[in-house]
Amino acid sequence: MTRLPVKKTYKLFVGGAFPRSESGRTYEAEGQNVARGSRKDARDAVQAARKAQAGWAAATAYNRGQVLYRLAEMVEARTAEFAELCSGSDEVERTIDRIVWYAGWSDKLPQVLGGSNPVAGPYFNFTVPEPTGVVAVLAPEEPALLGLVSRLVPPLVGGNAVVAVASESHPLAAIELAEAIATSDLPGGVVNILTGRRGEIAPTLASHMDVNAIDLCGADGDGRELEELAAENVKRIVHGRADTQSPWEISSYLELKTVWHPIGQ
Amino acid sequence: MTEVDRRQDRAPVPTDWTYAPAPESRDIVRLAERYGHFIGGEWADPAETYGTIAPRDEEVLAQVGQGTEQDVDAAVTAARDAFANGWSELPGSERAKYLFRIARILQERSREFAVLESLNGGKPIKESRDVDLPLAAAHFFYYAGWADKLEYAFPNRQPKPVGVAGQIIPWNFPLLMLAWKIAPALACGNTVVLKPAETTPLTALLFCDVLRQAELPAGVVNIVTGDGRTGAAIVDHPDVDKIAFTGSTEVGKAIQRRLAGTGKKLTLELGGKAANIVFDDSALDQAVEGIVNGIYFNQGHVCCAGSRLFAQESIVEPLVDKLKQRLETLRVGDPLDKNTDVGAINSKMQLDKITELVAAGKEEGAEIYQPPCRLPEKGYWFAPTVFTNVAQSYRIAQEEIFGPVLSVLTFRTPEEAVEKANNTPYGLSAGVWTEKGSRILWMAQQMRAGVVWANTFNRFDPSSPFGGYKESGFGREGGLHGLEPYLRFEE
Repeated sequence: MTRLPVKKTYKLFVGGAFPRSESGRTYEAEGQNVARGSRKDARDAVQAARKAQAGWAAATAYNRGQVLYRLAEMVEARTAEFAELCSGSDEVERTIDRIVWYAGWSDKLPQVLGGSNPVAGPYFNFTVPEPTGVVAVLAPEEPALLGLVSRLVPPLVGGNAVVAVASESHPLAAIELAEAIATSDLPGGVVNILTGRRGEIAPTLASHMDVNAIDLCGADGDGRELEELAAENVKRIVHGRADTQSPWEISSYLELKTVWHPIGQ
Repeated sequence: MTEVDRRQDRAPVPTDWTYAPAPESRDIVRLAERYGHFIGGEWADPAETYGTIAPRDEEVLAQVGQGTEQDVDAAVTAARDAFANGWSELPGSERAKYLFRIARILQERSREFAVLESLNGGKPIKESRDVDLPLAAAHFFYYAGWADKLEYAFPNRQPKPVGVAGQIIPWNFPLLMLAWKIAPALACGNTVVLKPAETTPLTALLFCDVLRQAELPAGVVNIVTGDGRTGAAIVDHPDVDKIAFTGSTEVGKAIQRRLAGTGKKLTLELGGKAANIVFDDSALDQAVEGIVNGIYFNQGHVCCAGSRLFAQESIVEPLVDKLKQRLETLRVGDPLDKNTDVGAINSKMQLDKITELVAAGKEEGAEIYQPPCRLPEKGYWFAPTVFTNVAQSYRIAQEEIFGPVLSVLTFRTPEEAVEKANNTPYGLSAGVWTEKGSRILWMAQQMRAGVVWANTFNRFDPSSPFGGYKESGFGREGGLHGLEPYLRFEE
C-alpha cells in the first residue's frame, strides 16, 4: 500500500502569521484551494505592515542586507519546490541571484542617491534617502516567482514594509515564498502576501490612506481607476516591469530628506 | 558722560522712534496697459483679459490675458515645434550658455524685477531684493552648469529630455518658482509652457523680455496667463509630456487624478504645516529669530512655513514672552518701503481664508495675540498673529493657513515632540532648535519631512533638493535630484 501524502493548506501571509482569509473564502488555482483574500484582509495586512515598518527602517543597512541575503539562502534551500511552482529551476536561480544583488544595495544607496550639497552660505547641508513607508505591490501574473520577487525586494531593501498581491492564476509560488520569508529573519509584518482576486483587493490598497506607494505592475485593465484612487493621499505610483533589476527600482520607494545646519564657532 | 558731551548743546532724546518712510521708487518698472500670452516668441493677443492688481492698495497695474484652451494649444504646439526643431538636439553646452545668459540678465535687471515682484505680489521689497531675485538668478546659474553634464549625474542611464513640460506655479514666490521650474526643464533639453499664478503674472511676463535679450529660440519657453481653467487646459493637453505643479494639496490631488492613466510624468510640490520644535536647551534668542523668520517671512505665504511652534513645556513662558516682544518690532506696511518686514496679503481671497481660520481658532478656544500695529486702510492686510493654548485638534493646528499666523503647542519629551510634529498628513519641512548635537541628528531622522532645518529656518539654495513627504507631494526641485523629473532614461 502506498502512503497517502499530507497536503498543504494554502493560506495568506499577514503579520508573520499564516491566517485563512477572514472571509472564509477560497478559490481554485493550480489545482489547489487557495485563500481568497478580502478587503478586510487587505486592511489587516496594511496595519501589520505599518506596525512593522519603523523597526525594519531603523535596522542598520548592514543588517537589512544580511537579512535579505538570508532570504536568498532560504529560497536556495527550497530550489526543488520552487522549480515545481514556476517555469523551472532557471527562474528560481535568477530569483535567488536577484535577491542577492539587491541585498548588496542596502548599505550603498545613501552614497549613490544622496550626498552633501554645496549651498552658498555657512551651512552644512546633506541629503539622505529614507523609506516612503508602506508599499502595496500588485505582482505580475508571470513569471510567478521572479515577477513577485522583482517587485517585492526593491521596496524592502530601502526599509519599506510591503503588502503584495500574488499572481492570481499562479499563486502557489508566492505562498511558498512566504514560507521562505517566515524563516529568513525578516521581522513579521515587513512582508505580507495576499492571494485572491486582484480586482477585488487592489482598489482597497490603492485607496488606503495609510499606504504611501503602490506598484501597479500587475494591474489588470483598471490601472486608471487605481491611479485615481491613489491620488486621495498623493501616493507615489510606480509602473514596475515584471523582470528588471536596477537601483532606480529601489529609489522609486524612497523619499529624499535634506538637512541644514549652520556652521560657526 | 564725557566732558565733550556735557559741553555740547544736545537735542533732547526722541521718545518716539518711528521710521521715516523709505520707499523704493517704482519708476524703474515700465508696465504696458495690456499683456497677451507669450507664445512661440511672440505676443498673442488674448480674447479675454482681467486686471491684475497691487494688493497693497488694489491699484490695477495692467490687463492680462485669461488663457483659453486655444491659447494653451497654441503654446503647446509652439513648444513641441521648438522641441522637435532644434532645442532638444542642441548640444548641452549651447543650452547651458542660454541659461547662463538668463542668469546674468536677471542679475542685471534684479532691481526692476524686485520692485515689480513686490508691487504685484505684496511681499516686502527687502525680501524680493535680497531673497527672491538672488535665488532666481542663482537657480539659472546652477542648472546652466548641469546642461552639458547630465550623463555624469545619471551614469549608465542615457538621460534624454522628456519633451514638452507644462508648469503651473503659485503666487507666493512668482519669479523664484518660475526659475525653479524653467531652469531644470531647459537644462535637460525640454521646452516649456508655464502658467504663472492668476494674481501674480507680471514678473513672468517681464521675464519674456529677458528671454528676448538672451535670444532664446522662439517657442522654447511659452507663458500663458490665466486662472485655474488655464491650468486645467495645460494639465489636460494630450501633447504635454510632463506636469510640474506647485500649489495647494487640494489642487495637486485633483491634478494627480486627472493624469491617472495618461502616463504623463508628474511632480507635485504641495502644502505644509511644518513643526518648528524648540527644546529647553536651545539658544532662545536665536530660536525666536528663527520662529519669526519661519512664519512671518513673506507674510507666512510659504508652503514650508513653520506654522506650528512646539515649545518644550519648561520654556514656553519665556519663549512666548520674547516672541511677543519681538513681534512688536515688526513693521507691517507698504511692500515697497525698505523698512517693511511684513507686507500685504496677496489677495482678497487669501485674506478671507486667513480671517476665517483665525476666527475658527478663537472660536475653538485658543488665545490670540497681535502686536499693536496700524494697518493701512486700502489693500489687504493681516497683523502678525500668535495663538497660544492651542490643542492638536484645532483647525489652526491642522490646516494650512498660508498667512502670518503661528500656533503655539507644547511638549515634554523628544518622543512626544516627534509624535505631535508628525501627526499631520503633510510632510514638507520641519525645524529643530537645540544645542545638543546628537539630538539634532536624532530629531532630523525622526521628522517625516523633506527638509529639516536645524538651528535655522527657511533657507533655500539651488543645490539643495526641496520637496515633500506624504501629502506634501513628490519629486524634488533643486540639486542633482531636481533634474530627474525632466528626464527619461533609456536604460
